[in-house]
Amino acid sequence: MDSMKRFVADFGLPRIIITLYLFALFFAAPFVGVNLPASISDTMIRIGMNGIMVLALVPMIQSGCGLNFGLSLGVIAGLLGATISIEMGFVGAWGFGAAILISQVFGAVFGYGYGKLLNRVKGGEMMIATYVGFSSVMIMSIAWLILPFKDPTMIWGYGGTGLRTTISVEGFWRHILDDFLVIQIGENFKFPTGAILVFAAMSFLIWVFFHLKIGTAITAVGSNPTYARASGINIDRMRIVSVMMSTMLGALGIIVFQQSFGFIQLYEGPLYMAFPAVAAILIGGAGVNKATLTNVFIGAALYQGILTMTPSIFNAVLKVDMSDVIRIIVSNGMILYALTRKTKVAK
Amino acid sequence: MSSKLRNFFIDNAVVILFVVLIAIAIPVSGLPGTFLMQEILTRLGRNTFLVIALLLPIMAGMGLNFGMVLGAMAGQLGLIFITDWNIVGIPGLLLAMIISLPISVFLGWLCGSIMNLAKGREMVTGFILAFFMNGLYMMVVLYAMGSIIPIMNPELLLSRGYGIRNVVGLDGVRQSLDTLIPLKIAGLNIPAFSFLIIAAVSYFIIWFRKTKIGQDMRAAGQDRAVSGAAGIPVEQTRILAIIISTVLAGIGQIIFLQNLGTINTTSSHEQIGMFSIAALLIGGASVTKASIPNVIVGVILFHLLFLVSPMAGKNLIGSGMLGEYFRQFVSYGVIALALVLYEWKRVTQENDSRATLRGGGAPAAKEAKGGAA
Repeated sequence: MDSMKRFVADFGLPRIIITLYLFALFFAAPFVGVNLPASISDTMIRIGMNGIMVLALVPMIQSGCGLNFGLSLGVIAGLLGATISIEMGFVGAWGFGAAILISQVFGAVFGYGYGKLLNRVKGGEMMIATYVGFSSVMIMSIAWLILPFKDPTMIWGYGGTGLRTTISVEGFWRHILDDFLVIQIGENFKFPTGAILVFAAMSFLIWVFFHLKIGTAITAVGSNPTYARASGINIDRMRIVSVMMSTMLGALGIIVFQQSFGFIQLYEGPLYMAFPAVAAILIGGAGVNKATLTNVFIGAALYQGILTMTPSIFNAVLKVDMSDVIRIIVSNGMILYALTRKTKVAK
Repeated sequence: MSSKLRNFFIDNAVVILFVVLIAIAIPVSGLPGTFLMQEILTRLGRNTFLVIALLLPIMAGMGLNFGMVLGAMAGQLGLIFITDWNIVGIPGLLLAMIISLPISVFLGWLCGSIMNLAKGREMVTGFILAFFMNGLYMMVVLYAMGSIIPIMNPELLLSRGYGIRNVVGLDGVRQSLDTLIPLKIAGLNIPAFSFLIIAAVSYFIIWFRKTKIGQDMRAAGQDRAVSGAAGIPVEQTRILAIIISTVLAGIGQIIFLQNLGTINTTSSHEQIGMFSIAALLIGGASVTKASIPNVIVGVILFHLLFLVSPMAGKNLIGSGMLGEYFRQFVSYGVIALALVLYEWKRVTQENDSRATLRGGGAPAAKEAKGGAA
């Protein structure tokens, strides 16, 4: 009984409820006529799409900058990379590579400035990150209207100014990762090997990074700044490195997302993109000041599982689509839970 | 004298910036002056009450109350019920306020209690709480109403038989507060009764600050530890500040919607927090200090910008969206700016005090400042 109580305390009641809920959904699926292989396949594809965005939150949480609600800055870097790559006329793997390369340059620049700003407001990062993210999205919306893009697939036809709200990447690099070494079993099951591989590779790189000297220093800054200062670590520099990493990973993440989704979403598209990623990593057991790769994997799987399964099950049983409302309650409830806790992390 | 002038400019930098911006944008937009005057009068009556709802939590040291959206939801629930029961005019609005009251008090208590669990992170907590509650609100309005909660008027319901329609018309109570005392000066309609209500609530806020509880609230806002030691029930005082703010937001939302005449069931409340906070900050308030004049100046400037920027954008580059994006950028940006200034000041002060603790030597102080700047 005691060990049970400790397990509940360690793992967190909301997380247990969410896990049980997801299992219940999967268990119910065959009985209500939902196609289980297709659902699992969808979940896999979504994990590949969103995994890197969740991963992008790890560096800033580790360095003590909190939840990066300003991830939209990284998303903007990714959008710039994608649009400029299309404008330059690259297609296929070249286009995808160029998009990533350009986005990383923007990500590094944005991340540096963003990191500098966050260093001046230590302790109040999260709210400022949110509104810096929001206002950058709006500034970029103005930029999308007036930047001199010329490619006819991207700009409005007659009478419009600026880029379209959604740009299809079909014919450029749609599904380039999802279809790489794809495993197709039957009609309904598809395993997006390429996207999952890239996610795994990036996770491995992050794992290696946090076992290097610089990564350990970043963790030290996050868990005990006074100790870190005493050990001669340059706190501000470590924080900037973590913010730059987060922003650059966000940029990569959105490009991987786009190749699977098939569209580039401009203007107000990136506004709320940080929130699902934040909810996912928290569901995975991360705290405001501590996150591990296990948190990323579990979180991405649970969150994307819920997003895939809820609408199909509810539609089959109740003929009601409550999935949106459930998504809002689950994700924000989880963020709220994390904010009101002390810095304890689930195992 | 010149230093006095300089201080005036520094203290009112945000207000001056926006005055200049608007002074440029008005001629570019080409909108006639009487139109702008009329719109501003209408919008003052519509929005001021909501912005006033933000004042007490600022005084209690809890920052900008992003959780005011909860009150707005309560207000909307009240309006949906009176529309269903077909109670019109002033009695309808009064009843809507009475219905919203217990809901607001409960939500405010909840919000305050949760913020007490997240001291020092009240703003981001309120911000996320608003999203979370929005989920529950949608659950009630889109699924429970008409199935569990009885709704008599089938015209309010979606065609599937339950859930409120996306748009609820408030024809019965539309502008009944604004036109209760009809007043027309120089061809401009003035919502006199709304202005009277705003004056009354302003007076209430000023009076409340001077009461014992108001003084406690201010003390709790300045230093929680010291106030606690002095016997002030800090946590209850903070909850009270949020409850009053939520109740005022509920009434404010009812005043806001009776002027507009329609509710967007799923979205009317969502942006209220952001718009009210942006208006207050443009009026020269900060995260720790806000007054009634800040509210009035802020509402006027924010809504002038609101009015002229789409037309100005259209005349500049031929796209109305440019002005719309610019307006949103300003709303978000001014909140970001105010938060940065506030935290920056706090971090610098902390570093300075740490430097004096270390022995206050000149090199130590310099190093700490270097770290902050």
